[in-house]
Amino acid sequence: MRKTCLNTVYQQALKDERIIFIGSDLGTGTLDEFKHEMPDRFVMEGVSEAHIVGMATGMAMDGKVVYVNTIATFLTRRCFEQLVNDVCLHNASVRLIGNGGGLVYAPLGPTHLAVDDIAILRSIPNMTILAPCDADEMERLIPQTVDWPGPIYIRLAKGGDPIVSSNSLTCKIGNAIQLETGEDVLLITTGITLQIAVEASNELKQKGVNASILHMHTIKPLDKKTLKQQLSKAKVVMTIEEHFMIGGLGSAVSEFIVENSSYSKLHFCRIGVPDVFPHQYGRQEDLMRVYGITAENIVAKVSELLDKKRDFL
Amino acid sequence: MSYRTELVPLDDRSKQLRRSILRMMKSADRGHLGAAFSLVEIMRVLYDNILNYRADQPDWLERDRCILSKGHGCLALYAILADKKFFPDMELDKFCEFDGILGGHPDSRKIPGVEACTGALGHGLSIGIGMAFSARMDNSARHIYVITGDGEINEGSIWEGAMSASKHKLDNLTVLIDYNKLQSYGSTHEVLDLEPLADKWMSFGFAVEEVDGHDVNKLKGLLAKKPFSRSQPFVIICHTVKGRGIPFAESNPHWHHQSRIGQKGFQQLYNSLDTS
Repeated sequence: MRKTCLNTVYQQALKDERIIFIGSDLGTGTLDEFKHEMPDRFVMEGVSEAHIVGMATGMAMDGKVVYVNTIATFLTRRCFEQLVNDVCLHNASVRLIGNGGGLVYAPLGPTHLAVDDIAILRSIPNMTILAPCDADEMERLIPQTVDWPGPIYIRLAKGGDPIVSSNSLTCKIGNAIQLETGEDVLLITTGITLQIAVEASNELKQKGVNASILHMHTIKPLDKKTLKQQLSKAKVVMTIEEHFMIGGLGSAVSEFIVENSSYSKLHFCRIGVPDVFPHQYGRQEDLMRVYGITAENIVAKVSELLDKKRDFL
Repeated sequence: MSYRTELVPLDDRSKQLRRSILRMMKSADRGHLGAAFSLVEIMRVLYDNILNYRADQPDWLERDRCILSKGHGCLALYAILADKKFFPDMELDKFCEFDGILGGHPDSRKIPGVEACTGALGHGLSIGIGMAFSARMDNSARHIYVITGDGEINEGSIWEGAMSASKHKLDNLTVLIDYNKLQSYGSTHEVLDLEPLADKWMSFGFAVEEVDGHDVNKLKGLLAKKPFSRSQPFVIICHTVKGRGIPFAESNPHWHHQSRIGQKGFQQLYNSLDTS
């Protein structure tokens, strides 16, 4: 997904002279083609995220479209004030590409995990937040980021994630995508959790439970129109995210639900990372399993919610 | 701090701009007097003699950029922008008012002529570096000026930016440091010593000059040369006096910011300025 993202930025830059790429001490050889073909628009800065984000803002204030890339957590936690006062207050066309969104950097420990990136950025006015589910969806979204007004955060997952998105469904920034239609449960996903929801949905089908899947590659602005349509049909709703349950997709959806009294009979559950610092290493999947971000846990939780619903009736 | 200056008397223009600052402060009964008064000659020389701009077309692409990174010195910026007719003079009487455009820190979304929203310290240099990079990309002669405070350069982001400006050989960037040697709590020497300041910037790859920041002719002379040094960003350490022009406020940390000054207090300020 990362490679596709950066290559798509490179392809756009070939066509659009406003585009500048800034990396923060990225891996050697990153975007070599960009560097050699458009040296004036390729910048590799040092480990200085606060400065880089300010510099990108200055460029964008002059009409440039600036893609900044580094590890997600440094791009969100480290330079929060620059994101607020520089990028977002000036509504600058800066695109923040965050490597290793979620639990990707499990072996590197809690300093490198990005499970609060969405919570941090959702709190800033003008910010658009994208978390594509796979490389194909990334390729469909990046060209739209060039002229999208204001700042954007693009959350990257690990490379080589299975492709679950489909070319046949319209993919537009700000619009949720409905993948499956079932009347028993609504699964709402963002980023790579779509894969897990698809797997869970297949397992549920075998148990005679039909799920709808609503994939939100854009978490902000939240597609309230589609969400409203889907919620009005649902009795059991679950959000699934590779992020803290505080402040991310689950929070956004639950805020929407409580603000709309017509959903008071909904049975709702969030799957995500609880309010703790992860203290194991291992692989991304290992931590996902610890926090129940798995098809198996979704199936179990859906069954629980369906039981509750029956008791309630 | 080897640099020594003898205070030259303020001329009519310097006093007139300071009177505009007092006028704004009076309307809100508050403001960063010390921080603004130390800046007046720097702002005046830039807007009177150096910057290329069109007050009736503040977004003109080829204008030079002047970023007041020490946003709390905004009263000095507002005084000169009003003088140059970027916005109506009457705005000066609505400082910090609910429906005014002039707030306690400058807002580029509202005020014609203000390049960036500043106030949180340590942001303006990196923004200016981005603009200098962009000007070079466009083969434009636009020059970028960033004015920082002295306490402001305690911020690490300033030094991240300094390394970057030097790496990119941005000779279209000039940083002016308002070195009045007094930050909010007390002297910069006690709070966080900046010395040897010129050596620091030199070692970061800048061409460095020091000047009496209230000496209009010397400032003009230094700023007229663009680029000051080919392939190097330029920093001018402006030795200034906080509160310059009001003897009882000069180098007095209590006048960094003041509120509830009252009618009598303002009369004393005006009198002191007129007789200084």
